[in-house]
Amino acid sequence: MSAVNEEKSVTCIVCPRGCRIKVSIKGGEIIRISGNLCKRGADYARSEVTQPMRVLTTTVRLEDGHLLPVKTARPIPKELLFEAVRELSGVRVKGPIEIGQVVYSNVAGTGVDVVATRSWN
Amino acid sequence: MQNRELVIIGGGPAGLSAAVEARRLGIKDVLVIDRESEPGGILKQCIHPGFGLHIFKEELTGPEYAERFVREAKNLGVEIMLDTMAIELTADKRIIAVNSQEGLIEIQAKAVILAMGCRERTRGAINIPGFRPAGVFTAGTAQRFVNIEGYMPGREIVILGSGDIGLIMARRLTLEGAKVRCVVEIMPYSNGLTRNIVQCLEDYDIPLLLKHTVVNIHGRKRVEGVTIAEVDDNMKPIMETAKFIPCDTLLLSVGLIPENELSRMAEIQIDEVTGGPVVNQRMETSVPGIFACGNVLHVHDLVDFVTREAILAARGAASYLADSDKKYDYVPVVAGDGLRYVLPHRINIEAMPEKRQTFFMRSVKPMAKARLSIESEKGVIKSRVMRYVKPSEMLSIPIDRDEMKGIKILKFNLQEEGDSVERGE
Repeated sequence: MSAVNEEKSVTCIVCPRGCRIKVSIKGGEIIRISGNLCKRGADYARSEVTQPMRVLTTTVRLEDGHLLPVKTARPIPKELLFEAVRELSGVRVKGPIEIGQVVYSNVAGTGVDVVATRSWN
Repeated sequence: MQNRELVIIGGGPAGLSAAVEARRLGIKDVLVIDRESEPGGILKQCIHPGFGLHIFKEELTGPEYAERFVREAKNLGVEIMLDTMAIELTADKRIIAVNSQEGLIEIQAKAVILAMGCRERTRGAINIPGFRPAGVFTAGTAQRFVNIEGYMPGREIVILGSGDIGLIMARRLTLEGAKVRCVVEIMPYSNGLTRNIVQCLEDYDIPLLLKHTVVNIHGRKRVEGVTIAEVDDNMKPIMETAKFIPCDTLLLSVGLIPENELSRMAEIQIDEVTGGPVVNQRMETSVPGIFACGNVLHVHDLVDFVTREAILAARGAASYLADSDKKYDYVPVVAGDGLRYVLPHRINIEAMPEKRQTFFMRSVKPMAKARLSIESEKGVIKSRVMRYVKPSEMLSIPIDRDEMKGIKILKFNLQEEGDSVERGE
């Protein structure tokens, strides 16, 4: 067996079992995935270790002072969540707003839109 | 006095889902009463994703889930009376409600669906010693402040209880710039969904301290810190392990209580375990013509199941409105070993709205592998192996009418079995 540089632990959230999956990494390459009970778990662990992605949900200010709930239209890299929130904290949008309407584009340079998750009259 | 066909008390996910289904079934006069100025209930402040995976097969946020039902209700001609609080309900289905425009409103309904939801347990419910400074909030109140009102409840935060709202707020407050020092849970396991432990705590390196509790709150004007301690197997704090954690805010996520003041006024029988009404196969309470669904009936972990339950209640109300004199005999449904409760509490097999009845239940403790067996007075009629059972994740099993023919009792047992799962890729 080859020497392992790094071992990362991932809790799988694909199903309620919550397998504790170990991912062994050598020279930047995944060499072994263990602890999962199914293939979906292995896929999840692989993406968690290489590039974890999350949908960000937060709020932006409407011009009338109220808060509008929003989300990223697609998942964005996990390490950019804070940058995205910081960027959105300065955003002011004008109503009326339709649910699903793009209120901000290319958040944190991800190319992903931020959309309203409710309508506002 | 107004005469109405179906009155639904509460315009959250349960009430709206029931209203939509009632209209689809052809009930012409459907009135929803809600105390807030917008329908949608608690979903309005649940801006995170995770809703709708079962009902819509896609992941929605709370406001998105709510808006779908609000639109549908309006399209179907449901009347929603907002800013109105139902303050009295009688067993003969008279409702007294109040608002600032019309004052007292008296309504005589032919059928009623209770959908009042639940409220959070507070500091008083769990008796934490210490001073009574500002800075102690329930997690849901903090959620409302952050997501609706636009205020931060504090900067340095300790969360007591690992219920889902607490976990969601740990992430939300972290993203908004607060420091969440830790989540403290008295049980040896979390009461939240696994995905929330992972995506709300592990993602942000927030420690989850199991078998710990808050034993003191410090600060006279504002919270200055809390003392936490490990607990023994009887949940008694071990004071030698006590340590001080500086913080300005303590959030409580220590359970939810179905809001049944109106149900009690109508002398509806309440189940002491769920805190909600005792119901039959069509979600009808002990008072004929009054139905219940959603968190007023029992606390749910997923809104999708609330919608399903509300659909059953609406169907029940529709069949009651069609024939209100029908009397039923019931088979009791009993939660046996390993289960806290099973719903519905009793069933009439002939009057089941569908060919099969889905039963919902919660386990008493986490089990890696367990056998759910359902027995009648004649013996076991169905059994199934369930994996990774947790009290926080509701279990369900459908049973066909044919499997229950002629029985006199239905008893559910959940027995732990040895885990023989092989691991590896």
